[in-house]
Amino acid sequence: MEEVAARFPFWMIGALLGVGVWGMLGKRSLVKKLIGLNIFQSAIILFFIVGSMHTGATVPILWHGQHNPHAEDFVNPLPHVLMLTAIVVSVAITAVALAFMVRLHRAFGDLDEERILDELRR
Amino acid sequence: MGEVISSPLPFLVVLAPLIVAAAAPMLGRWPNAREGVSIAGALATLGLVAALLPDALEGKAATASLVELSPGIEVTLRADAAGMLFALLASFLWVLAAVYSIGYMRGLEEQKQSRFYAAFALSVGAALGVAFAANLLTFVLFYELLTLFTYPLVVHRETPEAVRAGRKYLAYTLTGGLALIGAAAWLAMLGVDASFRAGGFLGEQRWWTDGQLWALFFLLVGGVGVKAAVMPMHSWLPAAMVAPTPVSALLHAVAVVKAGVFGMVRVLIFVFGADLLRDMGAWQVIAAASGATLILASFLALRHDNLKRRLAYSTISHLSYIVLGVALLGPLALTGALLHMVGHGVTKITLFFCAGAIHVRTHRDQVSGMAGIGRQMPITMGAFALASLSMVGIPPFILFTSKWYLGWGAAEVGQQAFLILYMVSGVLSAAYLFPIVIRAFGERSPAFPRFGEADARMVVPIASGE
Amino acid sequence: MEHLPILIPLPLLAASLVVPLAGLWAPRAVFPLSVAAIALSAAMSALALAEVVAEGEALRYTLGGWAPPIGIEYVVDHVSAFVAAVITSVALMVVVAARRAAAREAAGRRGLFYALVLLLLAGLTGMVVTGDLFNVFVFMEISSLAAYALVSLGGRAGMFAAYRYLILGTVGGSFYLLGVAFLYFTTGTLNIADTARLLAETEPNISVAVGAAFIFAGLGVKMALIPLHLWLPDAYTFAPSSVNSLIAPIMTKVGAYVMVRMFLSVFPEGYLTEEVPVSQALIALGLAGSVYGAYAAMGQRDLRRMLAYSSVSQLGLLAVGIGIATPLGLAAALLHVMNHALMKGALFLVAMSMRMGAGVSDVRMLAGVGRRMPVTSSVFAVGAVAMVGIPPTAGFFSKWYLSIAAIDEGLWFVLAVVLASSLLSAVYLFRVIERLYLAPAPVIAGGADDGSESDAAASAQDGGVRESPLDVTLPMALLALAAIVLGVLNVVVMERVLEPGL
Repeated sequence: MEEVAARFPFWMIGALLGVGVWGMLGKRSLVKKLIGLNIFQSAIILFFIVGSMHTGATVPILWHGQHNPHAEDFVNPLPHVLMLTAIVVSVAITAVALAFMVRLHRAFGDLDEERILDELRR
Repeated sequence: MGEVISSPLPFLVVLAPLIVAAAAPMLGRWPNAREGVSIAGALATLGLVAALLPDALEGKAATASLVELSPGIEVTLRADAAGMLFALLASFLWVLAAVYSIGYMRGLEEQKQSRFYAAFALSVGAALGVAFAANLLTFVLFYELLTLFTYPLVVHRETPEAVRAGRKYLAYTLTGGLALIGAAAWLAMLGVDASFRAGGFLGEQRWWTDGQLWALFFLLVGGVGVKAAVMPMHSWLPAAMVAPTPVSALLHAVAVVKAGVFGMVRVLIFVFGADLLRDMGAWQVIAAASGATLILASFLALRHDNLKRRLAYSTISHLSYIVLGVALLGPLALTGALLHMVGHGVTKITLFFCAGAIHVRTHRDQVSGMAGIGRQMPITMGAFALASLSMVGIPPFILFTSKWYLGWGAAEVGQQAFLILYMVSGVLSAAYLFPIVIRAFGERSPAFPRFGEADARMVVPIASGE
Repeated sequence: MEHLPILIPLPLLAASLVVPLAGLWAPRAVFPLSVAAIALSAAMSALALAEVVAEGEALRYTLGGWAPPIGIEYVVDHVSAFVAAVITSVALMVVVAARRAAAREAAGRRGLFYALVLLLLAGLTGMVVTGDLFNVFVFMEISSLAAYALVSLGGRAGMFAAYRYLILGTVGGSFYLLGVAFLYFTTGTLNIADTARLLAETEPNISVAVGAAFIFAGLGVKMALIPLHLWLPDAYTFAPSSVNSLIAPIMTKVGAYVMVRMFLSVFPEGYLTEEVPVSQALIALGLAGSVYGAYAAMGQRDLRRMLAYSSVSQLGLLAVGIGIATPLGLAAALLHVMNHALMKGALFLVAMSMRMGAGVSDVRMLAGVGRRMPVTSSVFAVGAVAMVGIPPTAGFFSKWYLSIAAIDEGLWFVLAVVLASSLLSAVYLFRVIERLYLAPAPVIAGGADDGSESDAAASAQDGGVRESPLDVTLPMALLALAAIVLGVLNVVVMERVLEPGL
């Protein structure tokens, strides 16, 4: 039980990944697919952030006069920086997807995958 | 293998038809120039092959190496004795076929003649490449190219039937080619120097297991067997009869099936070697298949009324003469087989030319419609009669000599059963060819309009074919 | 030329910023600018390749002077220089040939169109030259975003295909990122060379195994490995001609390149074969893909869709080569990257040219086009023959080395399937050749009567069919020619470039 509790963030991330996949595969609405994708990406970002944490660590900022700074005392800053980039990528993808959706709605008057497919087959 | 000398000639031999092929479409507007180039190219090729002859007779093999195709394996052309024989046959018959095609194609006003001449030249070039290929990969290269270049010829008529025949042709020959590629890749992976050597190169390696040898055997023999039309891999050949007659001549006499049987010679004698095949007992497999083909195809030929189809089955039967001769693994039988390859080429091309001439003049393809035709086309049918006699194996024609050697060879290795097969098949040949001749000369059909003799451009090759 | 590695993606990235502005003020300058940027990038790749081959060692470049593993490093070795040279030169040919089609398909938005094309190429070249796992992700997403936008130009069907492509592609990218996260938390580094060093010292553990699984799943999406190929047929079919002839030959190849990179310089030798069954999975899925793709291609009426499934088939062979994972297998895969880029580039340009010249892409409508569009049709014939793998074309040698590599590992089943799949490709490709050259004129409702002569019939249906102009046919013919010449000269590529690099 303790084992599970200690890894609680990772179980949450796993659950979020699952929710995201379910949203993308199980939902017919294009909007919900996109939401699923966003949840999926957020879960990965959280994974990086959680992975960089360790107990007792603090913000990786050095201040003047600090004695003997030691790496163990700080959170690993690199994943945070990487995730800033990943968030930018994710925002860009969301923006493009939303733009597609506007155009698709204009073209089909609908955002339901099945109905769009029917329309296309016709 | 005797001495090896370096010479660009084998390369030039293969190159010459390519030049013709490049020139033919460019000269498409001037048929005379185009066909002039075609004939000149054929003669030049023959001349180049002939120039190689003195060296080959002295036992020296002129060799030309080109680019490396795969690390350690070069495209190598070598004019050894067996290759020379095939090359001489192909280039000589190309000259005849080039002249004949002019009469045939113009006589029928066939479409797309430029493409025809170009593809024809390319096919001959590929066949010459097969003849001179000095290692397995080079052989595979030209063998596949031959398939590719003959495809436009097989579908030349562009009718649905021709397209179907073309598909069948590709399906069979490409599959055969893949078997060869598989075998070649295997050998290349093992680092075996797959250069053809008399006596075979597989026998030198002693570390083959039986299973590996048999797998290689089936891949290689299957690969060349398709083009040699050994049953049950034969059915593309009758189907391909929809092509114009010069193409049939090319398929049957000059290039394709001859490349198949020549490949059989290469595989059996130069890859495996007689000793190894005898150890494996593999020769019996081929002998059985080709022996069965020999007889079955003759019977099938009897059943067909369409002249070209009948000739096609006759080809299948006679190819198996050759394959069987090679498979018997005796020196006499091998001599007979090679002689038969040449003799059958010359004879079969005559028969096809005659069939084509009849088609051009009368538009008749059925044997039953040919009654009395000998009176109108005496030279054509005369040649047909002579060729038939040769086909049956009556002295003093070349096929008598070859059959003599084949039979003798069978007896020499103690396989009298095959001697009997040869004789039975000879009788069957008579049974399917003589009625045509008899009907052509013997019966008179009042409904027959006068046709007159075929165009001189077709007669000359027919006559000289003998 | 110490800056050579960065000079491969940089011209493309810079031009992608300039070109949209040029589109506003000087639309005429857009095309020359883009072509110049791609040509410059191609020249730099060629130069880098020459230098790597001459020096025999990789060119390394540290961004901003931060030494790796802290800073980001660009590494151009034999393999990446080769792939960069292939994709930039094929892209150059395609972009030149697609000028007219692009002008029509992106009318009024040429600046943006070419900006996307340049971004796509910048992303792809960036993936190739970078020596940093996270950087690969960033460039991958840049190129993918550009590709989504380009595919969406193909009308409403294209838009929908692009949306699905976006979802699947992003999942692929995210998987890759997740995999990188696992590796990062094991090793604490993102630099490829450093990761390799540290992974070699690490005991195999579950974290690395899961990371490898996620990375390959993600890359599998990008290279359309069956069953992750579902985005590909629609995206290739509905994208505008100028776009699919660009993304089809090169985009999936870069995914394959990253896979090769994983085998070659990230995971310890043998790890992906023995510890994690990635190799086996790649071979199994690749074989399935090569047969399924060819089988599906047979049933297609639309030429582009047929070529798309043919891509699935060929990419399957590529995956098999990677999965075999011996130096020879990887070399075969990389050679196939080049060969397939050349052949598919030529074939998709043919499809484009036929849509422009004959107005059709339905295979059944192509009857008689062979006579009307001789250059286009003969390029198709050459491309098809190369795709089937008849010697001495390039396609043969991919299969040749693949066969040898398979036999070397005793994978007889692989050999059989590889050979059989080339027969299957012959079935669908020769069907098109038959149409082009041999089929009687089609009977079109309302068309003029067939007439007796085939000539008259041909003109009845496609009276307007004309050969494409030289700027379309020349690049296409060059690609086809390259597919033959590089086939004959494959030993040079193998011995000079691929073998030292592996």
